[in-house]
Amino acid sequence: MQHNEKKIEIANLKVTYGGKEALKGIALDVYENEILSIIGPAQSGKTTLLKVINRTIEFIPGAKVEGVVKVDGENVMDVKSVYQLRRKIGMVFPMPVGLPLSIYDNVAFAPRAAGIRNRAELNQTVERCLRQAALWDEVKDRLDSLGTRLSGGQQQRLTIARALSHQPEILCLDEFSIAVDPVTTMRIEDVLKELRSQITIILVTNLVQQARRLGDRTAFLFNGELIEIDSNEVIFSDSPKNRMTYDYVIGNFG
Amino acid sequence: MRHQKETDTSYNPGWLAKDTGCSQKPAPQNNSLFGETPFDRKKRRTETLAKSVFLLMTLLIIFPLIAIICHLFYEALPVLSIDFLLKNPTRGMSAGGIWSALLGTIYLVMISLLVSTPIGVLAAVYLNEYARENWFTRIINLAVVNLAGVPSIVHALFGVGAFVLFAGMGRCILSASLTLAIMTLPVIIAATKEALGAVPMAFREACWNVGATRWQTIRRIVLPNSISGILTGIILQVSRAAGETAPIMFTGAVFYKAIKEGDLFAYGLFDQCMALSMHLFTISTQVPGVPKAIPYGTAVVLLGTVLLVNMLAIVLRVYLRSRKKW
Repeated sequence: MQHNEKKIEIANLKVTYGGKEALKGIALDVYENEILSIIGPAQSGKTTLLKVINRTIEFIPGAKVEGVVKVDGENVMDVKSVYQLRRKIGMVFPMPVGLPLSIYDNVAFAPRAAGIRNRAELNQTVERCLRQAALWDEVKDRLDSLGTRLSGGQQQRLTIARALSHQPEILCLDEFSIAVDPVTTMRIEDVLKELRSQITIILVTNLVQQARRLGDRTAFLFNGELIEIDSNEVIFSDSPKNRMTYDYVIGNFG
Repeated sequence: MRHQKETDTSYNPGWLAKDTGCSQKPAPQNNSLFGETPFDRKKRRTETLAKSVFLLMTLLIIFPLIAIICHLFYEALPVLSIDFLLKNPTRGMSAGGIWSALLGTIYLVMISLLVSTPIGVLAAVYLNEYARENWFTRIINLAVVNLAGVPSIVHALFGVGAFVLFAGMGRCILSASLTLAIMTLPVIIAATKEALGAVPMAFREACWNVGATRWQTIRRIVLPNSISGILTGIILQVSRAAGETAPIMFTGAVFYKAIKEGDLFAYGLFDQCMALSMHLFTISTQVPGVPKAIPYGTAVVLLGTVLLVNMLAIVLRVYLRSRKKW
């Protein structure tokens, strides 16, 4: 498989929470316009990895980061504007969060925070993002109603729409399908496949099948260590390099 | 219609009849499918008992309150009039109204809140939204909690030392207001912090994830959703500031002062003033020969002022909560 430019480079990344090691020296690269799936059981450091990339790890008291994480060749710890960095990255976490604002304002929040005031431009962004998140048809007649009153699955799609609203170059999805029904999950997966041509996607998932369906490559994290990272053909074959990967993927394991 | 009724009463789910026989054999004590066991009956009685005790306690706190208000009004009735509000006390407090005391209280409360609200709210925003947990913020938080419990007479002594003597302001409205502000500050900080803390962390994280600054997050999400709690905290302090006698006694309130009647700007910042709380205290304990109705009237006005402000708080809260969004 031919690789594009490196979008994210991670080298020797260690993260501790008050002395407890969450990531024990990870090294992996993410290439432009690929979908990288990250699989692994609970407590293996998947979410921590995402939080380091957009530096929201700073908000967790007691978290210490060592090592190098580069986005577009720039060390995230040294970037001039952390807000610019976060705008480059869309984040979706497992629990849906509708902000206590109208549906429209939920999606327009990020562009507004970035200083966009033009109403027509905002309208366009809101419609584009809601369409991409497969929510537009359900809410187009009530954009003024509250985002918090939507059902769990709708809120999760609203969260995805918000993550797309600042036109990120990287989209990180952490277990996005937990609160979403299977049909909607498939619709969002289709959207992700479409988006692949424009942005880089990191997909943390518990569903091995989802990783197999969507990913170009898959990384297997276990206990804060990177066990294996390779193309899907290798990981989901009968002979991945590591025995643990094979066991986890076919479900013999933990 | 009749046919329908018959089917209704004889309705009998097939699986129940087959599996358990429950619906065919009536329960021993009554004919319901869900009969009451002795344990259920005991539970029901305990439930009723608990509910009655709680209701009794609620009534116990309401009755004295109503009794006090009725008694106050009854005793104060002879003096209550617009003139009572708008005339200065005369003839050694034994006649006239309470205008200078009423206006003094309004001045003291307003100025103290103008000082303590911005300081308290902004400090609480810093402590809750910006400050990291370390020994410094822990000490500040501890200090805030402890200051809230300091008796008002101690605040009075601080006010005398800091404003009257050290700052050289002398005994005046400003010194007294600042003393009241110091007294109300810790509670405003504590209430604001609590209101801010009630906004779920997930909202903030969602904002930070899309590249919003802390201030953008606070302004768009945190403050709009905690403002009703903050306002409640502030307005509750109005009644405290209006009711306290000790902090103003040594810092700016006087026994008697006549001002121009009906003029809202009759006091200057560096004047001394009368205050309702202290007026009530002096005419009921220090001055002989005051008709009984006058202290009662003063108490009614003090209570009325406080209730009026509290009412305002309730209206504001209802309005703001109706706009609350989760």
